[in-house]
Amino acid sequence: MNPILLTPFDISIAASLIILDAVLSIWLKLRLHRQIAIAAARMVVQLVAVGYVLRFIFTLNNPAATLLLVLVMVLVAAREVAARPERRFRDHSNIVIGFVSVGFATFVTSILALTTAIRPQPWFDPHYAIPLAGIILGSVLNSASLSLDSFLGSVRRERQAIEARLSLGESYREAIAPLVREAIRRGLLPIINQMSAAGIVTLPGIMTGQILAGLDPLEAVKYQILLMFLLSGGSGLSALAASYLAAWRLTDDRQRLRLDRLQ
Amino acid sequence: MATALLVKDLRTAFAGPFELELGTGACAAISGPSGSGKSLFLRMIADLDPNEGQVWLNGTERTSIPAPQWRRQTTYVSAESGWWADRVIEHFDVNRRSEVAALAARLGLRPDLLDAPVAQLSTGEKQRLSLVRALLQSPPVLLLDEPTGPLDEESVIKVEALLRERKATGTSILLVTHDPNQAERLGDQRYRMVAGQLQTP
Repeated sequence: MNPILLTPFDISIAASLIILDAVLSIWLKLRLHRQIAIAAARMVVQLVAVGYVLRFIFTLNNPAATLLLVLVMVLVAAREVAARPERRFRDHSNIVIGFVSVGFATFVTSILALTTAIRPQPWFDPHYAIPLAGIILGSVLNSASLSLDSFLGSVRRERQAIEARLSLGESYREAIAPLVREAIRRGLLPIINQMSAAGIVTLPGIMTGQILAGLDPLEAVKYQILLMFLLSGGSGLSALAASYLAAWRLTDDRQRLRLDRLQ
Repeated sequence: MATALLVKDLRTAFAGPFELELGTGACAAISGPSGSGKSLFLRMIADLDPNEGQVWLNGTERTSIPAPQWRRQTTYVSAESGWWADRVIEHFDVNRRSEVAALAARLGLRPDLLDAPVAQLSTGEKQRLSLVRALLQSPPVLLLDEPTGPLDEESVIKVEALLRERKATGTSILLVTHDPNQAERLGDQRYRMVAGQLQTP
């Protein structure tokens, strides 16, 4: 079976939906229209570029080049995590938190999958390692970003409550615990939604792609199930890391709440 | 009178340096315009904001003990009370319910308020309950930031009576108040905060 190839015109019709989002943002004063436009433009440029890069890396077939590409992807993801929250740190903590949480979660889950479940020969074969790391990164980025946004937003809102607890002699860890819990929860919601809806409300992207490319549906489903497990693990790890790192950066050796470190 | 709280060269970039000596069971009342640094001063003593300098409690310098333990002994009660759970009682030790109710009653608060959602309380009720929360731990030093700000006259009398009782049993109080009469009634020492400096009137 041959895939049906798309023309640029087919794609530009779909692009009008982005305009709808922007109008919505202006109308509801969400202050997101700039971000939507930039994100959409970036998405197109990035995807086209990555198509060429992947072709190149696949022909190189060199582990160092593969690792380098994954690291670049993690770095870009970290920047996204850092940029998303409305509240940010004054220093570079946002990007550090993004890099550590996204990188940690992506490497742990990718390597686990490559060495135990998929087992390509060799396990770092770029045909498998790069797309897998990419899929995991997407989900992990989402979780880390939501968790960080939730934590930094709530910590300012809950300042009175946190400081009341500190004043009564509770430790910073105790005082901040509900916020950390809520931030992790927030980071996990998308993957839970994704898993519950998979196959009924949505046909997951990878599975759809493989079916469109001519693979037997049941084989595609097996891949998708494996991926969902990986994504949920990765989301959990990155939500956890992002929330705890942010909480840790907002305190000091005297267990104060250091909101002065936020913009 | 023995010295309970000793503040030496306490400062931030915006306020101080502060010097203060407060005896056991004594009350220092601080008044002054809004934004002059009164709350900041109390928060510095409780070590809630970064600051320089030394604070001693009964001969122990605060950096020699963990911060939570220090704050349990020099408890700051802010002008705007903070709440972290839905119901009032969840902010207290459930095993000490009768003590909570007794203290609340002395401040003119109905016992059924303990089971009410925090969202239903008035500002004055929250203010008094947050004072109860601090009093239950019997800290040797209380740092009170306008404890009677939103209260009616009758409640003010009740709060002051309770504070006087605590003073008699050895609690030292640092009191920020806008009411000069209250400063006179409770304060053994009186200060005025002007632009981050503590002055004796």
